[in-house]
Amino acid sequence: MTVYERPVHLLWWLERRSYLLFVLRELSSVFVAWTVVYLLLLVNAVSDGPASYQRFLDRSGEWWMVAINVIAMLFLLLHVVTWFGLAPRAMVVKARGRRVPPRQIVAAHYFAWLVLSAIVAWLVLR
Amino acid sequence: MNHRRSPEPLLWMLFSSGGMVAALMLPILLFLFGVAFPLDWLTPPTHAHLFAVLRNPLTRLVLFGLSALALFHWAHRFRYTLYDGLQLKRYAVPIVVFCYGGAVVGSVIAAALLLTL
Amino acid sequence: MADEITLEVARFRPGEDTEPVLQSYQVPLREQWAVLDGLSYIKDHLDGTLSFRWSCRMGICGSCGMTVNGDPQLSCATFLTDYAPGPIRIEPLHNFPVIRDLVVDIGDFMDKLPTVKPWLVRDVHSPLEEGEYLQTPEELEDYQQYSMCINCMLCYSACPVYALDQDFVGPAAIALAQRYNLDSRDEGADERLAVLSSPEGIWSCTFVGECSAACPKGVDPAGAIQRYKLTAATQAIKGLLMPRSRR
Repeated sequence: MTVYERPVHLLWWLERRSYLLFVLRELSSVFVAWTVVYLLLLVNAVSDGPASYQRFLDRSGEWWMVAINVIAMLFLLLHVVTWFGLAPRAMVVKARGRRVPPRQIVAAHYFAWLVLSAIVAWLVLR
Repeated sequence: MNHRRSPEPLLWMLFSSGGMVAALMLPILLFLFGVAFPLDWLTPPTHAHLFAVLRNPLTRLVLFGLSALALFHWAHRFRYTLYDGLQLKRYAVPIVVFCYGGAVVGSVIAAALLLTL
Repeated sequence: MADEITLEVARFRPGEDTEPVLQSYQVPLREQWAVLDGLSYIKDHLDGTLSFRWSCRMGICGSCGMTVNGDPQLSCATFLTDYAPGPIRIEPLHNFPVIRDLVVDIGDFMDKLPTVKPWLVRDVHSPLEEGEYLQTPEELEDYQQYSMCINCMLCYSACPVYALDQDFVGPAAIALAQRYNLDSRDEGADERLAVLSSPEGIWSCTFVGECSAACPKGVDPAGAIQRYKLTAATQAIKGLLMPRSRR
């Protein structure tokens, strides 16, 4: 029997908006890794003394470094929104025998996010 | 079909816990040190203050956990992006070595940096 | 409202065509007509050689799945007026081999389905005299959404992972496995574990989520797969820590 099998385009994720959004979501992981590298460079600079820390601050102010970090920031926010948004579908939380509504699970994630962000900001800025 | 020894469950656990801590903690850190301080929206902390914060064992423990898990999150997600997004599954072995190897190396570097602080 | 609409239907005649070609037909644009009615009109009045599958015309048999303007749809539940003024492009379901026109080979799905044992598995069946296995409304709610699956395969058609790797067990089969795993009367979770937690099972899924978006019955296969990942990962790690406690 001869059948027809539709070939998959190499860049198949350009064919649908939802597929493209998915690939962008997956690529946010690259910026997660970049942020870790950037923070480790900061730790290294602080560890090496005040002069080294100042060099890190100077370099972080260069336009290309700011550009990278602004893009990374946007991808991190995409990660946050998609991760928290999908969380209630991956986990079922029960309280007193009843299923906690998905909205409450999402809200709890954002609440934890705000609290942790405030703690970190307070630690760094105080 | 017996795949009980498959590493996938462990890798997925690392991926998902990494995704969670990355979502919870990384945005504020990158916002402060990558955007707000460089653009002079906020005044960066003095070296002495930051050094004191980083010297705290709890900070170091949290930073290590965050770095290692976030790197494994990247490794797992990027591996599947290469498999599916670029249809490179036939190069699975080098991809696995690059991704998870990178996460292991990154975690070791993070541990070394945080321990010698 | 115009009284006609153009349907661009993919034709594939095995042995004659090397790939599908679009053929245009004018069909009446009636408010209560679904795409399937348009196709039936073509078959009855314009071109009797057109082949397509259908049965119930009411969204329950799951046989009339097609790709309508690029999206996987049940052709009996997709209305012509929603696409007016047209044209409407009708192609066979993606990700399945096309046998003829809009008819695809569903053998792969049919082979996979029984491997996840989508039926109630009991270690010991209690005697008939003891009556039915009772279940509370809460226990019913745990799996009810998954029991809505009609095996229409729109989710396979929407899934890019299945498109790339035909070994992937796929959304509907895994969701149906979960339908029984989460059923309080079922005892077969251990038997389903091997297939589901193989590399071709849940671990291939990257949570694109398109299966759930495509489902005409409101099932969330993508969610089912992620939930099962958590279960399987917890079990695997328990197994690593306490290797002897497995039954």
